[in-house]
Amino acid sequence: MTETVAREVGRARPRKEDAHLLTGQTSWTDNITASGLLHIALLRSPMAHARLTRVDVSPALERPGVVAAFSGADLADGLSSMPCVWPVTEDIVMPDHPPLAVDEVRHAGDPVAVVVARDRYAAADALEAIEVDYDPLPPVLDLESALADGSPLVHSDKGTNRCYTWPLKTGEDFDAVRARAEVSVRRRYHQQRLIPNAMEPRAVVVTPVAASGEYTLYSSTQIPHILRVLLAMVTGIPEHKLRVIAPDVGGGFGSKLQVYAEEALALAVARRLGRPVKWTESRSEGFLTTHHGRGMIQDIEIAAKSDGTLLGLKVDLLADMGAYLMLITPGIPLLGAFMYPGIYKMDAYDFTCTGVFTNRTPTDAYRGAGRPEATFAIERTMDELAAELGMDPVELRRRNWIRHEEFPYTAIAGLTYDSGNYEAATARALELFDYDKLRAEQADRNARGDTVRLGIGVSTYTEMCGLAPSRILRDLRYAAGGWEAATVRVLPTGKVEVVTGTSPHGQGHVTCWSQIAADVLGVPFEDVEVVHGDTKAAPQGMDTYGSRSLVVGGLAVHHAANKVVDKARKVAAHLLEASEQDLEFTGGVFSVKGSPEARRTLQEIAFETFSSHDLPDGMEPTINAEHVLDPDTFSYPHGTHLCAVEVDTETGQSRIRSYVSVDDVGKVINPMIVEGQVHGGLAQGIAQALFEEAVYDDEGNLLSGTMADYLVPSAADLPEFVTDRTETPATSNALGVKGVGEAGTIASTPAVVNAIVDALRPLGVQDVPMPCTPERVWRALRSAQEARS
Amino acid sequence: MTHITVKVDGTTYEDKVEPRLLLVHYLRDRLGLTGTPVGCDTSNCGACTVDLDGTSVKSCSVLAVQADGGEVTTVQGLAPDGELTRLQRAFHEGHALQCGYCTPGMIMAARDLLRENPHPTAEEVRLGLEGNLCRCTGYQNIVRAVLAASEQEVTA
Repeated sequence: MTETVAREVGRARPRKEDAHLLTGQTSWTDNITASGLLHIALLRSPMAHARLTRVDVSPALERPGVVAAFSGADLADGLSSMPCVWPVTEDIVMPDHPPLAVDEVRHAGDPVAVVVARDRYAAADALEAIEVDYDPLPPVLDLESALADGSPLVHSDKGTNRCYTWPLKTGEDFDAVRARAEVSVRRRYHQQRLIPNAMEPRAVVVTPVAASGEYTLYSSTQIPHILRVLLAMVTGIPEHKLRVIAPDVGGGFGSKLQVYAEEALALAVARRLGRPVKWTESRSEGFLTTHHGRGMIQDIEIAAKSDGTLLGLKVDLLADMGAYLMLITPGIPLLGAFMYPGIYKMDAYDFTCTGVFTNRTPTDAYRGAGRPEATFAIERTMDELAAELGMDPVELRRRNWIRHEEFPYTAIAGLTYDSGNYEAATARALELFDYDKLRAEQADRNARGDTVRLGIGVSTYTEMCGLAPSRILRDLRYAAGGWEAATVRVLPTGKVEVVTGTSPHGQGHVTCWSQIAADVLGVPFEDVEVVHGDTKAAPQGMDTYGSRSLVVGGLAVHHAANKVVDKARKVAAHLLEASEQDLEFTGGVFSVKGSPEARRTLQEIAFETFSSHDLPDGMEPTINAEHVLDPDTFSYPHGTHLCAVEVDTETGQSRIRSYVSVDDVGKVINPMIVEGQVHGGLAQGIAQALFEEAVYDDEGNLLSGTMADYLVPSAADLPEFVTDRTETPATSNALGVKGVGEAGTIASTPAVVNAIVDALRPLGVQDVPMPCTPERVWRALRSAQEARS
Repeated sequence: MTHITVKVDGTTYEDKVEPRLLLVHYLRDRLGLTGTPVGCDTSNCGACTVDLDGTSVKSCSVLAVQADGGEVTTVQGLAPDGELTRLQRAFHEGHALQCGYCTPGMIMAARDLLRENPHPTAEEVRLGLEGNLCRCTGYQNIVRAVLAASEQEVTA
């Protein structure tokens, strides 16, 4: 067992990543250029659904600066269908998804032609010269009518708009449990479509070497490794001839966990022309083509005893796939399927999800991916049940949650939560929030008939993250594994390189992995360099999503560093003429127990290994080590969030007065980075509650298709958050850590909506659909008023 | 093509540009000053904010020809000797950036804000940065960093 001194882990280290970002010395994909670089622009369908009867690109070729132009038919040879790697059921409907539409367009923004020109202006100009005849088809937009007999079809060759139906039934039979329940509450919630809007628009650059058939692809991606495998399959370029680099990547939130048509098209065009090419999306183009998130209708029913004890939960979900199945589109609801029961004990759980095709932009992962939706539904319904029972919503939760002494606990959906302390997190949140005082103020304002009502929203949550144990992924029919790779190299001069398969885009992996490695190896934080995001330099990885980086990738770094120490110990024992058991390793120094003057530093061992003049017999001359870690289980962070909202009943305006989050993410590597992750997560969750929605018209046009129409909140729209943590170490990994990237988003949406409904419940309001805009709040109040009169 | 003379980060450039060329594309594509990124096409996000003749502007909403005879400072011109400005240091020490894509614009806008109002309240910082979007930080640490850079005590 290696003894380590915790000097770095737990410190609020300012990030190593910052220097180049603060000074503009960045390498965003759009910054990358090459000799003779050509620019790609895409002509996109203005219609949600139409047959393409003619695509003539030849007029574009006459435009100045244009080098080439292609229709879908022109590029069809050598490009296969875009990949979906999560066929969730055996009988799932998997439609063809050509990177460039050939005979039909299925959502506004579906690409129909490519122009390649000498600069981006010339490429964009030439698009207007392309002649396309569209024969309009009826768009499929409504999830329920899409499933009805006689509905128009998104994919007519498939004969149905139903993509799949995926059931999960655990525990007792729900109907039997409901029969003995004293109370049941049934609600329907809409998870509006959201548009992720990472600040960096997507971009791709391909530099080919025609003579050798080698290609380097730079992409604004979260998944350089997965991208390489799948683009090799889509384009037929041999995997070993394709290098993928994720340079500086400006945010992702799931939207860059994707294999996009533009990436395949850029490779195809570079191959065809033998020239380097670049494509950069405009923001408005991104609204139509970068995948969307959420988009579900949730029917949820909860059965309980009159004392509030939960008995069972039934969830029927309709999930909007959009027009095509992207990388993991069908699997997103499954990531939520296990989380509807949340932190509560119950006897029956009955879940069904049906995926539905529509003529809208495809959906896929967006921060939280399935789990925010699940948490919203259960937490909103718990508040409804509390109201039904006349019980304080915190008390209802307390009566039902898993108590800290019950861990590890196998929850009703089948997951075994390793650790948690919901009591502690809730107690801390209530204290910071001053819950009782706010309740008293609320009662007072209600009694006075104040036109500005106060509402208090609570949300407790856990989530499964740290994706994922490979065998569980197999059982869920996901095509790949969930491991992560790390290599730790001690260079001859004693400096350290950590190679990680995770691919950061703002999360601070470089800093955190340095902290982890520095502690294990006993080297200075500054002496550690982290290499990532390039399949040539960091060849093995499963990349970054699902709050997996630390609990899988960071753990792999920890284990690889320990292997380095183990190897170095053999060299040290040899050089010090001692047995390995007699060596201590502290602060980067091996010493012989009892004779502290006999010592060698890790750096000295590294140089001795480099020279290899005097190694133990038969030892391979290296102390470098790698570790590929497949997690045994998911990671289960949890927490309690409380939100106070003032709602003006005359204008419908909601204002967050205070927001408290207490999250338990286990042991913390860097508290400053954890806090930042929580802040950002809260902002996105609150944005779903109050501001954001992809709005379509009846013909399938995206109305909220620019940043002027889709409200990404600014600093002025968000409150100051009060954040704190409790620390219940994970028992499932050596560092005791849990994921944090999605927690804030998962918990905050229901806290805000619960608060708004809580404010208006005395006025007869039971729900306000998201986003809870002033108009919607006002309408909810009006209909409650009309219902009462 | 129009002839322009513009000083950017201390260097004077003379160029012939199309009248429609955006300042941000002039900076990025012609001068190679890629420290200023483009985040949207509706002048909402502010990622491309630079200083033009003493005022912060969104360089996607200014034509290169409008900068003729003017002086532009980008984030790349703030620390020419490698020493970060107080604002840049505050962003670093206060973890006011994650992916960093909005950071150049955020810093240029905050710089302008502090020039006009050297001791803003948190509320004034929030309102002053309303035209700059960040998707990572939830703004909390950005607001704190700007307050810290203004040499005020950061509460909360």
